[in-house]
Amino acid sequence: MSDTLVQLAVDFSLLSLITVGGVITVLPEMHRSVVDVHGWMSGAEFAQLFALAQAAPGPNILVVSLIGWKVAGLAGAVVATAAVCAPSSLLTYAVSRVWQRFRGARWREVVEDGLVPVTVGLMLAGGYLITLAADHSVVAFAVTAATAAVVLATRIHPLWLLGAGGLLGLAGWV
Amino acid sequence: MSEARPGVTELFVRFTQVGASGFGGVMPWARRMLVEERRWLTDEEFSEMLSLCQVLPGPNIVNMAVCVGTRFRGARGALAAFLGLLSAPFAIILVLGALFTQYGELPAISAAFRGISAAAAGLIVAMGLKMAASRRLRSPMAVFAIAAFVGVALVRLPLGAFLLIAAPASVAAAAWRRR
Repeated sequence: MSDTLVQLAVDFSLLSLITVGGVITVLPEMHRSVVDVHGWMSGAEFAQLFALAQAAPGPNILVVSLIGWKVAGLAGAVVATAAVCAPSSLLTYAVSRVWQRFRGARWREVVEDGLVPVTVGLMLAGGYLITLAADHSVVAFAVTAATAAVVLATRIHPLWLLGAGGLLGLAGWV
Repeated sequence: MSEARPGVTELFVRFTQVGASGFGGVMPWARRMLVEERRWLTDEEFSEMLSLCQVLPGPNIVNMAVCVGTRFRGARGALAAFLGLLSAPFAIILVLGALFTQYGELPAISAAFRGISAAAAGLIVAMGLKMAASRRLRSPMAVFAIAAFVGVALVRLPLGAFLLIAAPASVAAAAWRRR
C-alpha cells in the first residue's frame, strides 16, 4: 500500500470509533485531517464533496468514499470506506451477539426502557434539525409537512413523495 | 418476534434496496422495510435495536444493518446486510463524483434536489412521530424523550456529550422505576 492509502486507513479508522449517530458528528475532525493536516484538498472542495454525498442515495458517511477517491482513486475509495465502517461494525457485531444472548433478561429490559425514550427524542430532534437545514422557503416547509402527513396517514410508497418534491423543485417553487 | 427469518441473500437484496432508495436519510427506509414491509421486526424491536446502535460508535444505519444481519444469520448475515447497504450507494456516489468533476454543478439538478431534500426531511419527521407511539413513552420515562429533543434540537448540545449524560441517567431512572 502506498503511504497515502495507509494514512487514509489510519485516520479514518480512528474516526470510525468516535462517530456518534452519523457522519455529522465527525465532520469537523474529518475536515481537520483531510484539509488542514494532510492538505489533500481545499475546504471548498471538501464542502462540495459533502454536498454531493448528501444529494446521493445512501448513508452520508459515504462522503469518505469520495474523499478516498479524490485522494487515491478507486483503491482510496475502498480503503477509506472500509476504514470508516469496519471498526465500528465489528464492535457492533460483537455487542449484538452478547445482547442477543440476554434477550428477556431483566437488566436488558431496564437498559431498553431507559434508552428507547432517549432514542425517540433524538430521532425527533434529527427530523427538526434536518427540516431547518433543508427548508429555506415557505413552500419547502409545506412540502416537508405534507410529506410527513401523507406518510403517517397512507401507505403510499415514499419514492412518489420524493419525486413530487423533486418536480416542485424543478418547477422552481421550492 | 415475528416468524419471518430472512436468509443471507434476502438480507443482502433488501438492504441493497434500502441503501439505493435512501435519499436524504436512510433510516426511514430501513424502518419501512424492516417493520412495515417485511415485518422482520416489530415496532418495539426496531426502537430497541436502534437504541443499541445509537449508543455504539459508528453511523447508526450501518450499525443497524449489522445488528439485523447478526440477529437473523450471524456473522454471514451481518456481512450480507453491511455489503448490501453500502455497495449500491458506493458505486452511485463514485459515478456522481466523476460526473460532477466533469460537468460541475447543474442548476436544474440542485433545484430538484431542494425539493427532494424537503420531502426527505418529512420522511424523517414521520419516522420520529411513528417511533413516539412506543409503549415506553406512555410513562414518566417520556420526560427523557422531551429532554433529548430540547437538548439536541433546541439547545444544540453536541450529540456525543448529551448521550454520555442522558443515557446513564435514563437507564438509572428505568432501573429505579422497576425496583
